[in-house]
Amino acid sequence: MSATVAVILALAVGTYAFRLVGPVLHGRVVLPARVRELLSAGAVVLLVALLATGALTEDGGFAGWARPAGVSAGGILAWSRAPFVVVVLGAAVTTALLRAAGVA
Amino acid sequence: MRSVRRTSPVRDPELLRDVALVCLASGVVGVSFGAISVAGGLPVWVPVLMSLVVYAGSAQFSAVGILLAGGGPVAAAVTGLLLNTRTAAFGLAVAETIGRSWPARLVGAHLVTDETVAFALAQTGPERRRAAFWLSGVGMFAVWNAGVLAGALAGGALGDTARYGLDAAFPAVLAALVLPALRQDAGLRRAAPAGAAVALAVTPAVPAGVPVLLALTGLFAYGRRRPA
Repeated sequence: MSATVAVILALAVGTYAFRLVGPVLHGRVVLPARVRELLSAGAVVLLVALLATGALTEDGGFAGWARPAGVSAGGILAWSRAPFVVVVLGAAVTTALLRAAGVA
Repeated sequence: MRSVRRTSPVRDPELLRDVALVCLASGVVGVSFGAISVAGGLPVWVPVLMSLVVYAGSAQFSAVGILLAGGGPVAAAVTGLLLNTRTAAFGLAVAETIGRSWPARLVGAHLVTDETVAFALAQTGPERRRAAFWLSGVGMFAVWNAGVLAGALAGGALGDTARYGLDAAFPAVLAALVLPALRQDAGLRRAAPAGAAVALAVTPAVPAGVPVLLALTGLFAYGRRRPA
């Protein structure tokens, strides 16, 4: 078994185990209402943190201006209740245009 | 009380269109993952198998990046796993949405990603959440893997995918999906920015995957239990 196969298998088994915790526990462990509330709040907090780090950082450093500019455009569109398609395409197109214009 | 709905959740054209768009975007990212892996010297089966059994975009990119950079198998696996620890929290948050039957639990767990969780949590009512989770889950799994296979076979035909601005599209997807929850819940409006600030502050100093976990400290700002 090559090292690459070992990496893939370790990642696959570990990731599946993480993902399985919630579905397996569901119905066996009765979580208090406060914990359930914190879990769904925690999911939103995680998603917003992913949004922020995904928008601003790349490999531990700043991602450059084009990406956060595009995400901000998407954010403004979302805030003004633009349709989902407009939000997503607005973000991608803004970043693509800035890159085409030479902004990293 | 059952509300009168014009469309059933699974036939909701708006949801279908939104999911289709995110599938399309992730398909293109899949193509670039396949292309980057093969261009870097890995055989076609590596990105294809990894996408099927690991099925987590950011972990796959980082693992392949480390392998190609000569960082070694242990670093590749550990970084990927660290990035995926968040799926445990997500799995707990959508456990009820996934359903109770064992086939649903076992298959649904594999489909837990940032996007499927965001789609599910953006819906109101358990029925619509379930429809959104499974629709986006099955759709993204199919399109992501097809994209990776196409990219691995085609090589660099798409060129540098950074020029399409897709790296800005995914944070925007998350923004669109979490905004309704933020508008509704003052506790989240305190906790989420606090968590994001922590994540950004520690990003230069800690390994990938750790920043978003530390963002959970933002929950301390969530406040007291809301009245039911």
